[in-house]
Amino acid sequence: MSEKFEPKVVAFVCNWCTYAGADLTGTSRIKYAPNVKIIRFPCTGRIDFMLLMKAFANGADGIIVSGCHPNDCHYSTGNFHARRRWMVFKSMLEFMGVDTRRIVFSWVSAAEGAKWAQLVNTSVEEFRKLGSYDAYKQVAKLNIEKEVFNG
Amino acid sequence: MDDIRKKAKELLENKTVQVVIGYGKGSGEEARAIFVRDAAKTDQLIFDETCLQNLAVYILKHEVKHLGKIAIVATSSVLRSIMILASEQQLKDGDLVVLGITSDGKYIDLPNFKAIEDYLATLNVSITDKEKELLKMIDAMTMEERWAWWQNEFSKCFKCYACRSACPMCYCPKCTTDSNQPQWIPVASHQLGNMEWHLMRAMHLAGRCINCGECAKACPMDIPLNLLTYKMIDEMNANFGVTVGMKPDAVFALSTFKNEDKENFIR
Repeated sequence: MSEKFEPKVVAFVCNWCTYAGADLTGTSRIKYAPNVKIIRFPCTGRIDFMLLMKAFANGADGIIVSGCHPNDCHYSTGNFHARRRWMVFKSMLEFMGVDTRRIVFSWVSAAEGAKWAQLVNTSVEEFRKLGSYDAYKQVAKLNIEKEVFNG
Repeated sequence: MDDIRKKAKELLENKTVQVVIGYGKGSGEEARAIFVRDAAKTDQLIFDETCLQNLAVYILKHEVKHLGKIAIVATSSVLRSIMILASEQQLKDGDLVVLGITSDGKYIDLPNFKAIEDYLATLNVSITDKEKELLKMIDAMTMEERWAWWQNEFSKCFKCYACRSACPMCYCPKCTTDSNQPQWIPVASHQLGNMEWHLMRAMHLAGRCINCGECAKACPMDIPLNLLTYKMIDEMNANFGVTVGMKPDAVFALSTFKNEDKENFIR
């Protein structure tokens, strides 16, 4: 069987902008890559860095994180706080050798249905080129074996 | 040193404090933390080049707190830890007596937080050239090399959490790693669990770590954990212009923001 590799992509999006934006993509009947699984959060400020790592540990090949544009946050400042955390988190991951090309940060508003489609399409294309995230999967797979071993 | 002993004796005699935390002789070549509660025993206090531990780790331990008011022999690391604990509302001015000590063992009178702040302003606390070298060494590697290098280091970890116990900033009554509903960080010391634990530890110390190096010193497997914290300190400086632990009323860099924060990585 020679199936073409399809990356598994998890998108962490905020309820107020990007989720609504993705909804608009659908209601506007714009087609986009079906690889993405969307997880809705109250705000980008709620997206704990560890959630992204859990996505990788469960077999994601790429991650999209998206929320309201600066100054558009439903809670005024959630995305500003998130942005600071992402800066630090991203350099931390780079320092530890995690492939940060596989994490895409973006702002997509509720009116940007077309931008969402384009973001997903380009990201999925990039992830497809990068291939399966074997380095991380290898580490995570060991996890499963050991957990069984430890009861 | 005699000044410190005299001062400690005085404080214990007139019952200003109930316990003095300082360095005493340990086994072998090492110094260890001692808790002096009797004025007659203050001559056990020592200070030399082996006295490196960051004693601030004991300030919030309830075993120590219940002894009463404390006085603490404070090197610059201790002073900076106190500044952070103060900015995180864990300490108030006057909660403890600070017996400041210079690196060559001279007593400095630091009656309040303002005095500590002024004294710290005179010190050079930036990361050293040697530490910068180490950071460069890692930065020079390719992504795959870095991954392999860290995986190798983390594979030595057996989750004793000595890094957490030694850290004055890890004072949460319940650590994220101890919570099991859901199990956030795997308990077993396998590759994934180790990496997640060290990543989480570093992230939770970002903007709070003052680079005392206790985590790396405490590690029985000599994992260079301080590299992670140098990196954090470097990032804090570069991105937010923050030097951590210099003021008792500093704002935590990750709980604030600026409109013009860099966002060249966001699409």
